[in-house]
Amino acid sequence: MNRQLLLGAEAVAQGALDAGISGVYAYPGTPSTEITEYIQRSKAARAGGVRSSWSANEKTAYEAALGMSYAGKRSLVCMKHVGLNVAADAFINSAITGVNGGLVLAVADDPSMHSSQNEQDSRAYGRFAMVPVLEPASQQELYDTMFHAFALSEEVRLPVIVRMTTRLSHSRAGVEQRSPRPQNALKAEYAPERFVLMPHNARVQYRHLLDLQPKLEELSESSFLNRPAGGSGPIGVIAFGIGYNYAMEARAAHGIECRVLKIGQYPLPRRMVEELFAACSEVLVVEEGYPVYEELFRGYFGSPKVRGRMDGTLPRAGELTTDLLASALGVGLPETPAIPGIVANRPPELCKGCGHRDMFDAITVAIREHADHHVFSDIGCYTLGALPPYSAIHTCVDMGAAITMAKGAADAGLRPAVCVIGDSTFTHSGMTGLLDAVNDRSPVTVVIADNDTTAMTGGQQSSATGPKLVDICIGLGVDRAHIRHFVPLRKNLDEAVAILREEFAFEGVSVVIAQRDCIEKAAKEKRRAAAKGQ
Amino acid sequence: MQKNIILAGVGGQGILSIAAVIDWAALQEGLEIRQAEVHGMSQRGGAVQSHLRIADHELYADLIAFGTADLILSVEPLEALRYLPYLAPDGHVATALEPFVNIPDYPPMEGILAELARIGAPVLVPAAEIAREAGSARASNMVMLGAGAPFTGIAPDKLEAGIEALFGAKGREVVDSNIRAFRRGLELSTN
Ligand code: SF4
Repeated sequence: MNRQLLLGAEAVAQGALDAGISGVYAYPGTPSTEITEYIQRSKAARAGGVRSSWSANEKTAYEAALGMSYAGKRSLVCMKHVGLNVAADAFINSAITGVNGGLVLAVADDPSMHSSQNEQDSRAYGRFAMVPVLEPASQQELYDTMFHAFALSEEVRLPVIVRMTTRLSHSRAGVEQRSPRPQNALKAEYAPERFVLMPHNARVQYRHLLDLQPKLEELSESSFLNRPAGGSGPIGVIAFGIGYNYAMEARAAHGIECRVLKIGQYPLPRRMVEELFAACSEVLVVEEGYPVYEELFRGYFGSPKVRGRMDGTLPRAGELTTDLLASALGVGLPETPAIPGIVANRPPELCKGCGHRDMFDAITVAIREHADHHVFSDIGCYTLGALPPYSAIHTCVDMGAAITMAKGAADAGLRPAVCVIGDSTFTHSGMTGLLDAVNDRSPVTVVIADNDTTAMTGGQQSSATGPKLVDICIGLGVDRAHIRHFVPLRKNLDEAVAILREEFAFEGVSVVIAQRDCIEKAAKEKRRAAAKGQ
Repeated sequence: MQKNIILAGVGGQGILSIAAVIDWAALQEGLEIRQAEVHGMSQRGGAVQSHLRIADHELYADLIAFGTADLILSVEPLEALRYLPYLAPDGHVATALEPFVNIPDYPPMEGILAELARIGAPVLVPAAEIAREAGSARASNMVMLGAGAPFTGIAPDKLEAGIEALFGAKGREVVDSNIRAFRRGLELSTN
């Protein structure tokens, strides 16, 4: 048996390659980044000309994937759950246009928020757009699902979501590969009646999407991802995605008597669900994420049969575990040793020697001279500046919000209105906000922490750094005299503080670029160069 | 056969190469593997852990349940204590003794040793020192793999083959010093 050890994310990548994609489009985001990185490293992908460089954000990624599909080829687009908020406009409307070449959206949710600002459940997006959602439970299933997903997408001519969560994406297991499928040929057809979403076309297409729903449900009945997993007795478990793993593990470990129905393809296979409910007096609904389907099963007026996250049988928030499933199924768990009281928390921190440290030192000194010292910030390594000893930033909401929130606060009268954003986040969603500030002549000081990489997710290529960043700011209309630079190093502290002080005082838009390469990235490049030299 | 192993350390300390060696050997043995790792923000100097499960039958969960870990293998003493709720009543703890101090409230070493002593018979390893003696200061994680090896359910020679496979690209000297480090850890644990 020829098995490779793959992360869930890598199984998605290998599966997509073997299913014959011609391109992958993505913006890095934990826990989805490794899908695209795997394809970027793959020799087979290179040989097949599979394009794989990073997109500026999830929306541009999704639209490019749709364009590739329009041209007849298969495309994969990957993002983390909150990235789908950014791509939502394109995604929802692509369900109305439909697709030509298979289009699969691999989206990785992060229940328990290991590396995210919320734990939204992408299955809700699937329902919202009325497209099939696939939710495999193991790395092998992820791999196999990619073949199925592209075939399904081409059969029903809709985008298909493959949803996974952190735990599966970042866990390794042996995966067996199948023989690969060839890529599609270029085949762009004129179909303005589908792709021009003016109301008269959109109404027809929307009707078509509604009419497809019974077929999608029928396809779920025969999907290999949906199946009863044995068991007997009056207790039923309907286990979605990797909820299945915990249910099976708990059932085996504690000898629990219960029927299990495994669900991995939506819309739900109605007959299978009806059978389970008919056979059981109680059904535990196990979803890794929001109680999306539990809520439906309960209905507005409730159902005495349904157990799950909404009645406290399982916790309402956070990741599931085998232990949670065992208790929900009535097993009393033995006492285990406690964590000794002396065990202090060890939160993450900026690397020793990181330029962000010196940047925060400078900002802290300069802003302390003001009565109000709010610093709006964003998503990246520099978000760690919110923790002691810096406690230097006071907001982090969504990609790009640093600039626009500072602008709004400036409009309200806050002085100085200061924000910090990284190079990659700036090109992701900061540029448009800067244009707003320029157009409105809002007095904001935008500090761009340019470390020449997307550091937080492991050092991916950033869309614009160095001189290109300056060109963008000039192009957006920022006055050259108010585009300033410093190199965040201890020895430059005084200079940096002086620059910040001047720009804080300026009643207009200024950009201060703190430019120093991420030391992790530099170290990685050194290792790579050394490995090549051998 | 089924083994549940928790690998513990601080982001950047290299617990994933320990996991990679065990994974490689288990794969060669035709075993089922599930190995959950931590990526993302915590890798920046935060507490990180990997749940590693191997078995000769189908495994479902990627995570280990409380009270079922056969081994907690830690490259840092404080981190060894963080995962005690996972330890099975007959489970083992092996930990390196060198503290990694990057927090202001790092507890005193005596306190950590006292807590470790309460576990029963933890394998306490001056891993950095042994690694230096074996010829590579960077091989302390392989010392720890050696110290934990008797509890992994995989024969030491199979793990050594894993070290060969993993470090092979880096040249003979790196492989040899890592295998020496591994053997020293193993001796310490079995004597
Ligand atoms: S990875 Fe780079 S940017 Fe992030 S904390 Fe470390 S040095 Fe700083």
